[in-house]
Amino acid sequence: MDYSNLSVSDFIKESKKGNIDIDDFHSVFFSKAEEIQKRYNHFITISKKEAKDSIRKLGRKSTLSGLPISIKDNICTRGIQSTAGSKILENYIPPFDATSISYAKERGGIIVGKTVQDEFGFGTFSTNSAFGIPKNPIDPKRSCGGSSGGAGGFTKAIDMPHIALGESTGGSISCPASFCGVVGLTPTYGRVSRYGLIDYANSLDKIGPMAKTVKDTALMLSIISGNDPLDQTSIQQKAEDFTKYCGKDIKGMKIGIPKEYFKNIDKDIEKTVRSAISKLEALGAKTVDISLPTTDYAIPSYYIIATVEASTNLAKYCGMRYGAQDEIKGYFNEYFSKTRGKYLGEEAKRRIILGTYARMAGYRDQYYLKALKVRTLIIEDFKKAFKKVDVLAAPTMPIIAPKFTEIEKLTPVENYAMDNLTVGPNLAGIPMISVPCGTSQGMPVGLHLLGDHLKEGNIIQAADAFERM
Amino acid sequence: MAERIDKVSGIARLELTAEEKKKFEKDLDDILNSFRKLSKIDTTKTVPTFQPVEVKNITRKDIVEESLSQKEALANAKNKEDGCFRGPRAI
Repeated sequence: MDYSNLSVSDFIKESKKGNIDIDDFHSVFFSKAEEIQKRYNHFITISKKEAKDSIRKLGRKSTLSGLPISIKDNICTRGIQSTAGSKILENYIPPFDATSISYAKERGGIIVGKTVQDEFGFGTFSTNSAFGIPKNPIDPKRSCGGSSGGAGGFTKAIDMPHIALGESTGGSISCPASFCGVVGLTPTYGRVSRYGLIDYANSLDKIGPMAKTVKDTALMLSIISGNDPLDQTSIQQKAEDFTKYCGKDIKGMKIGIPKEYFKNIDKDIEKTVRSAISKLEALGAKTVDISLPTTDYAIPSYYIIATVEASTNLAKYCGMRYGAQDEIKGYFNEYFSKTRGKYLGEEAKRRIILGTYARMAGYRDQYYLKALKVRTLIIEDFKKAFKKVDVLAAPTMPIIAPKFTEIEKLTPVENYAMDNLTVGPNLAGIPMISVPCGTSQGMPVGLHLLGDHLKEGNIIQAADAFERM
Repeated sequence: MAERIDKVSGIARLELTAEEKKKFEKDLDDILNSFRKLSKIDTTKTVPTFQPVEVKNITRKDIVEESLSQKEALANAKNKEDGCFRGPRAI
């Protein structure tokens, strides 16, 4: 049977009826995934054997009914290597599932593999991975974006039903969605349990879905969200069916256009996004000019908070208990320092240095505390805007997917600046969705729709209406 | 200035090569310089935000629940002895 271009909803419908030979389907899926892997390197691990075991136990009447799900490598999967893209976690086999994984499995999702990412999420282009760099399937000389680069690339490349789970700290779902031309949904902070997520920065990390359509991301969010006692920062909200926001019109919806988000961006991207906004107006939405005056301060605030949190989180990787472990020699601090020096990558080291410095006695108030206060002002800007509008619309990234030869030339400061449009909403913990809205030089451009806390419904409704146009 | 990187990497328990120290010293300067603009924004009356969505006083019943078995907890450890993790000397 030819399964190419079968939609997720048709797959689920037919699979529930027993019209799909699930073994045959997955065998075709894995041969395609292996072929894509050879060309683009989207996976760190392809879990064919584990998938076979899950298929045997599959309940066909379950919500996902055997749908292939790929998982960013920083989300722990029982029995499947989870490295978060780092040599220091090579060969780590979690003895447990992250809560989002348990939920996906319980609802009939089949884990097909672990996708490539920047080490611990430290990057914008997935070039900081210890297990090879994922290539953009539209143009392999270009990046998939990051840090959920493998997730974005594979979602684009596979022409069979599939949903990916990614994770965003400062834009790691939206960026690859924009660069690869797929949909990426980052939920409100705390909406999806972080239990079993290999932390980058606790107050920023969010697990979220990536897929070919808005409705598919809404379906997956409905499955993985909900309060979890195993995560103290999980919010007291019951899971809801987010697909109910699809198929609606957006007449009268108020869409804010933050003027600061159109400064310093590629002119062709600006044109594409402004034309997408006109389409939203044609659908009956009303646009309102908005100002977010703290926008320029988001990069320093984000990089200080994120690296401070990362520098403490990464202290647990000391060459004991799991992951990279050498022969025990010397005193604790010597062994600890040596192991970390040997197995952590360059960007991880840079962020540990930066984060440690920013929380050192004498600098803490000037950097860390200041960044946290600026974060408050950034959140206030968004809260003020959402008193006037339902959704904010902007470009997802200031550029199209860059070539690897261009990325090599970037200094750390230039590299960090690429996150200018995504770090603000991520600091605020508000939900966002990136949806493809056209092309520039043949590469996809993303329209970024941002909503107030817990208002995923609004951004899903707007993105879905736009996508159906 | 190399003393600064020595101090920071020491606190971070991160062994760096001479070359890495040189590179990170420059990077740290460049990055901190680009962050200077933070001082332009007035935050005298602003409180810090540690969590973007506050969740307060979440407790659970004090009941022992199932957790990983000792075997599972030790499954990824290379250095172990008598059901415990083995580590380097601390003192």
